[in-house]
Amino acid sequence: MRDHRPSDGRAASLSRREFLKISGLSLSLPVVTDFRVIRVAGAEVKIFGPGKVPVTLNINGKTYTAHLEPRVTLLEALRDAFHLTGAKRVCDRGTCGACTVLMDGRPVYACSVLAIDAQRRSITTVEGLMNEGRLHPIQRAFIDNDAQQCGFCTPGFVVACKAFLDKNPHPTPEDIRKGLGGNFCRCGTYMGIRAAVLQAAGMQKGGASHD
Amino acid sequence: MTEPLHPSPAEYTWPERGHRRLIGKRISRVDGPAKVSGKATYTYDVHRPGMLYGKILRSPYAHARIKSIDTSAAEKMPGVKAVHVIQGPGTEIFWAGDEIVAVAAVDEPTAEDAIRSIRVEYEILPHLVIDTDPQRAGDLAKPTAEEVVGDPDAAFQQAEVIVEGEYGLPVITHCCLESHGLVAEWEDEENLLVHISTQAVSSIPNQMARPLGIPAGNIRVKMDHIGGGFGSKFSPDRWGIVAARLSKMAGGRPVKIMLERDAELMVAGARPSAYGRVKVGAKKDGTLLAWESTSWGTGGMGGGGRPPLPYIFEIPNQRKQHTAIMNHIGSARAWRAPNHPQACLLTMAALEDLAAELGMDPLDFFLKNIALTGRRAEIYRQELQIAADLIGWKKHWHPRGDRSRGPIKRGLGLAIHTWGGRGHASNCDLTIHPDGSVEIKLASQDLGTGTRTGITIVAAETLGLPMDRIKVMIGDSRYPPSGPSGGSTTIGGVSSATRRAALDALDQLFAKVAPALNARPEDLEAVQGRIGVKGDPSRSMSWEQACARLGGMPLTVRGRNPGPGHLTGSGVGGVQMADVSVDVETGVVKINKMVAVQDCGLIIDMKTAESQCYGAMIMGIGYALYEEKIMDQLTGRMLNPNMEFYKLAGLGDVGELIVHMMTGPGYDERGVIGLGEPPVISPGAAISNAVANAIGVRVPYLPLTPDRVLEALHKKGGHHATH
Ligand code: FES
Ligand code: FES
Repeated sequence: MRDHRPSDGRAASLSRREFLKISGLSLSLPVVTDFRVIRVAGAEVKIFGPGKVPVTLNINGKTYTAHLEPRVTLLEALRDAFHLTGAKRVCDRGTCGACTVLMDGRPVYACSVLAIDAQRRSITTVEGLMNEGRLHPIQRAFIDNDAQQCGFCTPGFVVACKAFLDKNPHPTPEDIRKGLGGNFCRCGTYMGIRAAVLQAAGMQKGGASHD
Repeated sequence: MTEPLHPSPAEYTWPERGHRRLIGKRISRVDGPAKVSGKATYTYDVHRPGMLYGKILRSPYAHARIKSIDTSAAEKMPGVKAVHVIQGPGTEIFWAGDEIVAVAAVDEPTAEDAIRSIRVEYEILPHLVIDTDPQRAGDLAKPTAEEVVGDPDAAFQQAEVIVEGEYGLPVITHCCLESHGLVAEWEDEENLLVHISTQAVSSIPNQMARPLGIPAGNIRVKMDHIGGGFGSKFSPDRWGIVAARLSKMAGGRPVKIMLERDAELMVAGARPSAYGRVKVGAKKDGTLLAWESTSWGTGGMGGGGRPPLPYIFEIPNQRKQHTAIMNHIGSARAWRAPNHPQACLLTMAALEDLAAELGMDPLDFFLKNIALTGRRAEIYRQELQIAADLIGWKKHWHPRGDRSRGPIKRGLGLAIHTWGGRGHASNCDLTIHPDGSVEIKLASQDLGTGTRTGITIVAAETLGLPMDRIKVMIGDSRYPPSGPSGGSTTIGGVSSATRRAALDALDQLFAKVAPALNARPEDLEAVQGRIGVKGDPSRSMSWEQACARLGGMPLTVRGRNPGPGHLTGSGVGGVQMADVSVDVETGVVKINKMVAVQDCGLIIDMKTAESQCYGAMIMGIGYALYEEKIMDQLTGRMLNPNMEFYKLAGLGDVGELIVHMMTGPGYDERGVIGLGEPPVISPGAAISNAVANAIGVRVPYLPLTPDRVLEALHKKGGHHATH
């Protein structure tokens, strides 16, 4: 299948960031369209937008759908379309970690992933860490060690700590210093966070069920 | 509401040591579960039916006059519901980032497109955005008159050692992780509902009333949680008024405006800079004699603050003069402990340089002159000793310049600080229901300092109930008014109001149940969920049985601060010491360890009190090593309005931190005193002093970035001694 509209080749050769910018400049049409497929260097490439497209996301084991412009980030989709506001928007460009969620078990900055690219992935937000109303051990440890003040960085940190501990079940203090450098806290709760990670790791060592 | 009884003022006291079940213990914050689970709702998370997204077009120029504005394309755009010109043609703009036009649209991308379609023509005017040289400021420099204490000329004549140095710290931003913003909606023609990220729930209605032309009573303000304020969120701000106007234009639909990160850093928070040339003189034995300073700084068009110099040490002979520079940057806002971190650096660094010149250990030098700190001298003396033990001062301190081999130089530094912190005006309504449930309402706010937790602890302690029996409701302007959360005034205010309300409520409850217990009301006490006769456990009834005697009506009592009895105090002292390593090849400073020793009167919750100190030290490490609002004189713009280049301290940057709270006899009796400001004052000075001690030369300006460290090493200067 081939599409001859002239703008396609240009859009297809752009990086995701540039594509974000360019589609931002174009007029947004309140029309829902599907994707088109073009051929670039022998490969088929899907082109979405600039109008809204149907987006289906798997979040915390549930299916969510909405019609979103392709430039909408996963973070905006979570917060504004699905009202899952645990992940926070702070820097909106991949610096602070407040928007951290898990995508197929790996931590990502939701502000730096497009919602359309998060389809067919398993997304876990802070809201999904509780188990039948019970706090996750890392959440418990955050409370015990007062690892939050205003709490705005906390959901991102909790998710980042979960991912960190999944990968490093027995971290040293040095591992913690290096491994949790992708999140910022303005209130200065790092002492509590360090202690919380060690406490939660201790629980894991003890064999307490974690997930 | 029932009239409270009026016990004599002496009865409004805190429980004695040994009778405190909860107060002063290490208690986890009551809203911890909401925060760790993502359920805590911040203004940024508020979503209202039919909500529109507001965006603001900001001036790219630091100083300009608006010539023309064309919003026609935005107005025609599908999905755009309101366009509002904030500052029209002819208006003079005084900083880059100032608000020009606002739009509201059905979603954020549409609002962004609309903003991009607006065309503004400016006449560009000359600007000044730098502040390191008052000479360059011309008319924008506003010098104040020189102040003289004692006879500085004679004292400098008498001084055996004199040092002169230049010190300073730049404008930094608040960088609250939750940016400023709100959701405004007209419930009808006359009534406005505002969800806003604010430190001042009770005073926002009055600030919005006049510009909107409605009575303050028609404005309801709500806020459950706030993602940081640090002094920058007392006002509804221009964008707050604009959101209400856009909502009106859109038929009352809710309009949400949350600042983007760049706007947040450009316009929504700045701590004034301060620089100074300082001269201090002492006798050979270290006795301080004379101080002279010429200081300057900016906080934008308002000119900034004026650091109280010399800080804490009342040197007997002084000459000082300060110049405020008005420049074209976003206006200053209160930043934790306004003026104190600046005064602390300028003073403590100069004193440490003097100690180095005298060949004295600065700890001994501070102790030698401790009487100059006035009525807190004994507190400082105790705190200095404790801090010195905790950091191993006597073991690790060496004269200026680490002479060990290798590029890593280690040093110790110290500083001391003070703050007021008396409880603000606060009203609360405490209600005991006939079923035994208790609720407390007040229009206060919890900035993450633990306000909710403190109120809960005080009520539970007083009523003899477990904490989970107390429901605390704050963050709604319809509740009894309570002061803004600034200047470390909240915990003293809300805890005192709550204590008075709970004591009065108990008096009334005792009066109701005394006959049934065959006792006089004054012989009763409330402990462990029971009301009983003091010293006679056989005559008691459960809390529920007692409350059932209220009859059909709940009992509501208003508690107030100020009020009778000594419950809150003022005036704390704190000491901090820093242990740093500096790589003299790269200029990188690393914090090995910091110690904070702090008093704040009677501590309500030890756990959240310690968190305040840890957090303040970490914020202090941030402004000591990384933070600076970097302004470009060529373009007039901020070069780092983002979090890649406006750097906060990260988890790996802060070393080992130790907090020691002063408690017990001599401290608890002073009543409850706030803690938000004091521990953030000393870190800059303590770290600067530690770096000077490590590398043998003063790095004059914060932040102590590698380039500044290397430059100072290169110059091997920063102060010159004259004998
Ligand atoms: S908001 Fe995504 S990293 Fe900061
Ligand atoms: S707790 Fe406030 S930003 Fe981390």
